[in-house]
Amino acid sequence: MTYFPDEVVEHIFDFLVSHRDRNAVSTVCKAWYQVERLSRRSVFVGNCYSVLPERVMTRFPGMKCLIVKGKPHFADFNLVPHDWGGFALPWIEAAAHGCPGLEELRLKRMVVSDESLELLARSFPDLKALVLISCEGFSTDGLAAIATHCRSLRELDLQENEVEDYGRQWLSCFPDSCTTLVSLNFSCLKGEVNAGALERLVARCPSLRGLKLNRAVSVESLTRILDRAPQLVELGTGSLTVDHHSEAYRRMINTFHKCKLLRNLSGFWDVDPRCLQSVYPVCPNLTVLNLSYAPSIQGADQVKLIRHCFKLQKLWVLDCIGDKGLAVVASTCKQLQELRVFPSDIYGTGTAAVTEEGLVAVSSGCSKMNSLLYFCHQMTNAALITVAKNCPRFIRFRLCILDPGKPDPITNQPLDEGFGAIVQSCKDLRRLSLSGLLTDKVFLYIGEYAARLEMLSIAFAGDSDKGMIYVLNGCKNLRKLEIRDSPFGDAALLENVGKYETMRSLWMSSCDVTLGGCKALAAKMPRLNVEVINEGDESDEMEENPSDAHKVEKMYVYRTLAGPRNEAPDFVWTL
Amino acid sequence: MEAAGESLRDTELRLGLPGTDAPEKPASTVTRGGKRALPEDDEEGYAKSNKSSSSSEEEQGEGDLCGHEPPAAKAQVVGWPPIRSYRKNSLHARKVEGEAAGLYVKVSMDGAPYLRKIDLKGYKGYKELREALDDMFKCFSLGEFPRKEGCSGSEYAITYEDKDGDLMLVGDVPWEMFISSCRRLRIMNGSEARGLGSRH
Repeated sequence: MTYFPDEVVEHIFDFLVSHRDRNAVSTVCKAWYQVERLSRRSVFVGNCYSVLPERVMTRFPGMKCLIVKGKPHFADFNLVPHDWGGFALPWIEAAAHGCPGLEELRLKRMVVSDESLELLARSFPDLKALVLISCEGFSTDGLAAIATHCRSLRELDLQENEVEDYGRQWLSCFPDSCTTLVSLNFSCLKGEVNAGALERLVARCPSLRGLKLNRAVSVESLTRILDRAPQLVELGTGSLTVDHHSEAYRRMINTFHKCKLLRNLSGFWDVDPRCLQSVYPVCPNLTVLNLSYAPSIQGADQVKLIRHCFKLQKLWVLDCIGDKGLAVVASTCKQLQELRVFPSDIYGTGTAAVTEEGLVAVSSGCSKMNSLLYFCHQMTNAALITVAKNCPRFIRFRLCILDPGKPDPITNQPLDEGFGAIVQSCKDLRRLSLSGLLTDKVFLYIGEYAARLEMLSIAFAGDSDKGMIYVLNGCKNLRKLEIRDSPFGDAALLENVGKYETMRSLWMSSCDVTLGGCKALAAKMPRLNVEVINEGDESDEMEENPSDAHKVEKMYVYRTLAGPRNEAPDFVWTL
Repeated sequence: MEAAGESLRDTELRLGLPGTDAPEKPASTVTRGGKRALPEDDEEGYAKSNKSSSSSEEEQGEGDLCGHEPPAAKAQVVGWPPIRSYRKNSLHARKVEGEAAGLYVKVSMDGAPYLRKIDLKGYKGYKELREALDDMFKCFSLGEFPRKEGCSGSEYAITYEDKDGDLMLVGDVPWEMFISSCRRLRIMNGSEARGLGSRH
């Protein structure tokens, strides 16, 4: 292969789409490393602290798209202290210096300040896409900077961020010359936007395909927008509060009739169930439907809607759909691949909304299912075994039984056998989240069968160190392991230390790992950052002379080329 | 209850390994607002909740402030169930909006060409509210506003739509409870309202 000129090798590499493939070819020889790095257009950094931003820019000067992830996954559930880190600014600064051709920036779980958005906007006036997922630290002022300076913006996608609202003018900052928008999602913003500015923006962007409005956008405004943009493929509605007897409602129905290309529907904030009929005309074409932010829609109304959606591939609902509703999904949505059922009554005292029955029903009706997130009140081994048999194609299987450590209610047994059946049957399983009562046995099964598993989430499970050891020794493709409230200690942590260099990260909280164990790990593996996170108050012994026997509350271990963080807050100790 | 107690112990969360006899934590069942405590409520990790950071209080806080649908004791494990705060906040957003500055609700009056909006937080009680409404709509009204709930003989009755979507007569519940559950106000014709008033 070294006989080929670089251009040919580069052309061959063009066919390699995945990051992993490109990473692999770059390790073959120096020549390939060079060709690959100069031709790399999209760079994915799964852990922002695994490498210094400057190093990335130096290695990939032709980079057009940068994707960076910050905080560990459990930060979503408030397990990571607020100011732990994950700052976007160093990345944006490094890109501004080293990668002026950058066109797309995608960040997840990072702290993005207005200052960094401003720097981004000024440094990259030709920015084409900005995607922020589960980020925080910025306000509508930062968005205004982006709108003002990035004149050829195609994609602005804000998903589930915490954004400070300082007024409604940011949208008005898009200049009249901005006509290139293809996708705009501001559904996570709490405040109002200037309706007129929004409508004018939509009117002058003929390529607009995706638009996700926030709760503050009224039905009247939505109707005017859809009138201007009947070509939309993705729509997130605003607030659908309208009197179903009114003229406004009639106009909305007429407008929906015109949206022949609509395939993806979400939003439904504050919707009056009687208004749902307006959406029926678009349902037969929908492939994606997200009703999970609409607690006002009762099960029966959800079902009426879903009966029209026979091409659905992805469905997100609240558990008030009930087992019966899921049976309707099973009989209607034969193309279904992804199902997410979220709890509507988080602190509920027990009206069981969905149980194992609903899941079994969907699995028997929808054999193409490959991705599941299911919050329920109970699960049985028998049900899981049936599901495993019906749907062997699962790639993602996340089950959350709301009651931690709950056994099979019929047999009173742990759910080891049920999950064991899942990992045995689903050979392509990449992501698994466990819940319910589980012993070490389930980890034996996982280590034995889950050959392709990349991410495993464990909570309130296991009996002893053996459980964790089975996983570390067994799952050869494991990349992320996150564990909370499980009895795994130092023996498990130190059993296979080399494993952690093959993984992105390990998170353990409220387990039995001690400070001494963490120190030992850090000593053996210098290329890992072993972070011990102490949020303890003054009375905590950790502040004074912490003994090695002291149990560590939260620990985050990750491989890194960058060494210990120099901006880590006081409560994070890198050993 | 004995059998139930045994199975409870198996599933009870403790710091030790199952099978070891860790000291039982006092099961302080927290019941607020009259919701019946289910047996499962005992098994939650109160040991965990003692270590809980402010974030779990924050999650519970919304329920506390509202007073109507208190979280059961179950809710005290930090970060459980594993749902993003963004999603949790969205579902409770209506309550939160009520706590924030200003609680604006629409006020409609039968026969009036347009609606108004008022900030319920701007009034100390029902008397002030009625006076404000009287003032706002007097150009449309043909009679006096009722001084007492739904008393017959008056032209209009003040009703509201609560968070369950039901049409309720203004004045029955304590003011604080009213403003936390009122979604919009409607000034009804006396003839229509008579049905509500005559229940007394």
